[in-house]
Amino acid sequence: MTSGKGGVGKTTTSAAFATGLALRGHKTVVIDFDVGLRNLDLIMGCERRVVYDFINLVQGEANLNQTLIKDRRVEGLYILPASQTRDKDALTREGVGQVIDELKAADFEYIVCDSPAGIESGAQMAMYYADEAVVVTNPEVSSVRDSDRMLGIIASKSRRAEQGDEPVKEHLLITRYAPARVSDGDMLSVDDIVELVGIGLLGVIPESESVLQASNAGQPVILDEKDPAGQAYSDVVARFLGEQVPLRFVEAVPKGLLKRLFG
Amino acid sequence: MSLISYFRETKPSSAKLAKERLQVVIAHQRGERNSRYEFLPAMQREVLEVIRKYIPVDQEQVQVHLEQEGDYEVLELNVTLPDKP
Ligand SMILES: Nc1ncnc2c1ncn2[C@@H]1O[C@H](COP(=O)(O)OP(=O)(O)OP(=O)(O)O)[C@@H](O)[C@H]1O
Ligand SMILES: [Mg+2]
Repeated sequence: MTSGKGGVGKTTTSAAFATGLALRGHKTVVIDFDVGLRNLDLIMGCERRVVYDFINLVQGEANLNQTLIKDRRVEGLYILPASQTRDKDALTREGVGQVIDELKAADFEYIVCDSPAGIESGAQMAMYYADEAVVVTNPEVSSVRDSDRMLGIIASKSRRAEQGDEPVKEHLLITRYAPARVSDGDMLSVDDIVELVGIGLLGVIPESESVLQASNAGQPVILDEKDPAGQAYSDVVARFLGEQVPLRFVEAVPKGLLKRLFG
Repeated sequence: MSLISYFRETKPSSAKLAKERLQVVIAHQRGERNSRYEFLPAMQREVLEVIRKYIPVDQEQVQVHLEQEGDYEVLELNVTLPDKP
């Protein structure tokens, strides 16, 4: 889960996406790559259960069993927290590669990497071993530009690019979408963003108050089955797994007649 | 469109402006990305020719790499010399 720009919803998406994969029976781990700014543990509601972290694991100070936090709500869901105290240079490419190999050997089907913001070493570390990339984009100029920048980096600096393998499969995920503002002409539309960024659309997550409430409670928003953002994340997971699911929550709710006349 | 905004002066929507601006910056960004690497194969061929004037080497013995490190770029040229006879 990557973006270039900060604060667009990578961690929210990582938590929801990993939870959704596990809900569908896939053994999944979600790794926080934001060394020094641990957040995923809070969004996943396991902050009080962190004993060891990703860097302890990379440096061989703890093993996988000691470090992985097993989610208490969803079977087959595990969290690998970032270090809060260590320097981000403690993550080496070899070390990360070893941890990923260990996770694969432990039968994890999906390894979801929550990237830090930026395009420097931390973000590059998070995307280096990726087979697929979800580029999280807000309908806003700087986020769209940064998404394109990030795509350039994935295309040239990922392991797949370096080894001349088949390129990383790229998906666009638009988050914090406000259909009413789009129909007012104040926000880039889904079609505009798809055309600008030029990669396949995985989904659109509407702006929703529940996301803040979910983070307050440490519950991934996908567990809120009544909320549009939660439902949109479920659709995203289904689409990622190959199902045909139409887009929802992309049309503005029609205004009442009075509002239409005088709004 | 509401009745009131119908009578208001129609100004171009800000989203339209955003899209036009992004089309320009993204095209520029992509151009930079590509041109940065575009010359490499041609340069590699020419370098190979020059080296071959002096040393018998194969194509894969001359490697050219462009690396971005923070704010600066490093162009790395690697020539593997043939074994001594
Ligand atoms: N669909 C949404 N609706 C409303 N608020 C959202 C939505 N998605 C994310 N947010 C809010 O946006 C903020 C940033 O989200 P998040 O932490 O997931 O972003 P991030 O990309 O991981 O940030 P960073 O780059 O700092 O790691 C949070 O306050 C979150 O609650
Ligand atoms: Mg984050």
